Amino acid sequence: MNGIHDMGGMHGMGPINPEIDEPVFHADWERRMFALWTAAFAAGMYNDNEFRFAIESRSAEEYLSESYYQHWLVCMEKVLIDKGQFTRADLEAVWANAPGTGASGGGAGSGQALPADQVIPVFMGGASARIDADVAPKFKAGDAVVARNINPAGHTRLPRYLRGKGGTIEKDHGVFGFPDSMAHGEGETPQHVYCVRFDAREVWGESAPARDSFYVDMWDDYLDPA
Amino acid sequence: MADHDHTEPPSDTALRVKALESLLLEKGLVEADTLDAIIQLYEHNVGPQNGAKVVARAWSDPDYKARLLADATPAIAELGYGGVQGEDMVVVENTSDVHNLLVCTLCSCYPWPVLGLPPVWYKAAPYRARAVSEPRAVLKEFGVEIREGVEVRVWDSTAELRYMVLPERPAGTEGLGEDELAALVTRDSMIGVALVEST
Repeated sequence: MNGIHDMGGMHGMGPINPEIDEPVFHADWERRMFALWTAAFAAGMYNDNEFRFAIESRSAEEYLSESYYQHWLVCMEKVLIDKGQFTRADLEAVWANAPGTGASGGGAGSGQALPADQVIPVFMGGASARIDADVAPKFKAGDAVVARNINPAGHTRLPRYLRGKGGTIEKDHGVFGFPDSMAHGEGETPQHVYCVRFDAREVWGESAPARDSFYVDMWDDYLDPA
Repeated sequence: MADHDHTEPPSDTALRVKALESLLLEKGLVEADTLDAIIQLYEHNVGPQNGAKVVARAWSDPDYKARLLADATPAIAELGYGGVQGEDMVVVENTSDVHNLLVCTLCSCYPWPVLGLPPVWYKAAPYRARAVSEPRAVLKEFGVEIREGVEVRVWDSTAELRYMVLPERPAGTEGLGEDELAALVTRDSMIGVALVEST
């Protein structure tokens, strides 16, 4: 979607403010929020793409005013309700300080709590988004390509600043699931992901330094031959 | 709760997080010990000290460096690092001709196993907006002046590949061992917004 999250090249966002000796978390609730999110993620209650789309769907005002872990909080509530893990009424009961009144009992969805001795190996092992599927690549290293000018209302990982711009395939990373369908329960749509090089001038015009470039990973469905 | 009047969430974020945690525990969707183990892992065990060891090894062992640049994930795993948000790693090398800079314009993608969790500025709008369109100005704000003849390459992490910069080894460090070298390597140098200094 053409949301506020898609920020590459925007003006007016203010100064960059690095914090000296920044702690990993700034408050205990951030610590708890991070752990809740990752535990539910490790247990398979949602995928990255679904969660990213929930964050992108915050209004521009909310997106810019909420902190990072506040996004996680409101979006985790929403995604778990959408997934049927609990209901809005369950949550409201807790908000009203009446825990234990939820009528629906245990979780209804695919998620199930992982004990600590299982969850740490999940994190240390990870789960690659690669898909072992025999899909033919549409491009090869050296091919000239153009990023498609698509403007979907749903989730996409094709940033606006690159749409319609020409680049060169640097490398084929192999086959991955496609975020634009995975965010919406529409399957993995396995396809190749490539590292694509763009000249800075192609994107930002003649004022950009001639030698500068950027590299962006793109799925087959984001690209056309030049 | 006789009727279904809409109950608003607590205005205090900490209370709202507590409510979510209570509900997830009550429904058996998470376990308390698991939450504590995750916090321990990412607050204390995983962080840029891991990436620094990868960099120090690459500076000390040319064969390792070649493996790291050719296929980073197994090379990083040789040092015992890997996992969520680092399943498919790419390491890009800074040289006298090329300076690399990492960003995620769309969200906050970052290589957790080697750098830990990202700092706030990396996730915030100003860096995400400007790193792709005016990287040299951004670098200057971080105190890094890039010569005109050097190519600046910005890596926008839009897919599931995760990136780490292999910074240039500073002059005057020839006699140092891996542990001493690792102590020089900062988080920012592996994002590309800093150079490694010899002192």
